[in-house]
Amino acid sequence: MDQALIACHECDLLQRPPPLGADTVARCRRCLSLLYRPTDENIDRPLAFTLSAAILFVIANIFPIVGLELQGQNTTATLIGTAQALYQQQDMKLLGALVFFTTVLVPGLQLTAMSYLLISLRIGHIPRMLALALRVLQAVRPWGMVEVFILGLLISIVKLRGVATVVPGIALWTFGGLLMMIAAAIASFDARAIWSKQDLRR
Amino acid sequence: MSANALTAAEAGLLPCLTCGLLSRRTHADAAACPRCGARLHLRKPASLLRAWTFLVAAMILYIPANVLPIMETESIFDSQSDTILSGVVFLWTSGSWPLAIIVFVASITVPLLKMLSLMTLLIAVHRGVRKHCYDLTRLYRLLELIGRWSMLDIYVLAILVTLVQLRVFGKVTPAPGALAFGAVVVLTILATMSFDPRLIWDSARREERYGRTT
Repeated sequence: MDQALIACHECDLLQRPPPLGADTVARCRRCLSLLYRPTDENIDRPLAFTLSAAILFVIANIFPIVGLELQGQNTTATLIGTAQALYQQQDMKLLGALVFFTTVLVPGLQLTAMSYLLISLRIGHIPRMLALALRVLQAVRPWGMVEVFILGLLISIVKLRGVATVVPGIALWTFGGLLMMIAAAIASFDARAIWSKQDLRR
Repeated sequence: MSANALTAAEAGLLPCLTCGLLSRRTHADAAACPRCGARLHLRKPASLLRAWTFLVAAMILYIPANVLPIMETESIFDSQSDTILSGVVFLWTSGSWPLAIIVFVASITVPLLKMLSLMTLLIAVHRGVRKHCYDLTRLYRLLELIGRWSMLDIYVLAILVTLVQLRVFGKVTPAPGALAFGAVVVLTILATMSFDPRLIWDSARREERYGRTT
């Protein structure tokens, strides 16, 4: 009986899940917050977005993003390298850790958990650590900030433009794609559908 | 809306914020969700106290974050320290005014608006909400959405520190203001996470029932 009803997460109103037409979303009838999106049984789409994002993320982590060149000297920055550079400064360990956490660890965790869940479901079995993976995803979500980092990158390039030659690195080209793929993967990932698969197992 | 509609709390049910499952409430308020194992609470625990604590800490640190320099630039000729605001001024005078506006909004306006909005929400819940529940909920949703963008200046700093390490054109090092600024961003995100928007509606429901008689 309880499962026929849902409670809004933002105002706690108990309501019957409204039926959904194509391209509509269910909203709370009191506070209009998003209750759920239509369940898509086909997981190929979120899987494709997640795997593309994961590949781009690996490339973005391996190769330098930008370099700086002046009178024969040059420096380069990688994603982890920027966190490390802060970490090595005096008294800036916390800030370096924060940069690492928000740009490397959290996006990495998100993509790993999503790939794990979607690949398992795609090959037809319910993953053993399903509950754990979904809980991790929910918990880290506010802390993934790759898109903010990309804007920061743009601003840094503009700031350095006049001082030295800015050399784009290989990873820079992946960031545009990464930005879109991460957003698409997270938006198309339907935790509610996966929880209902978990229910079927019982 | 309709006064006779029940909330999950009033119906004796505990909603799981992680997986959405509704469980019947037992006497204890610290049960685990039978489906996903997350802790179940009727409302986020000590929501107002936690939100106020993080908010006040953020407000205090907002001052050094803006007054102290966030980075120091050394070159062979001179050295210079930059605050958040002087970074914006630099972008503006070097002709990149669209970026100057973005940085100004992300680093100065957004944290300030966030703190003022959180204060509005908290005070509204304490005093009892009669109207505008919907607007307050929307304000909360907006806070969740924009909070992360304040990290912008921290990333710019990290990239500059990494790249500008050459003797020929100097060296950029982070300064204490950056630490305070990073703390403000983290604290306001934590304050937003601690606040439970359902308290707005609970407070309105209380006002509706008991407010008029007193």
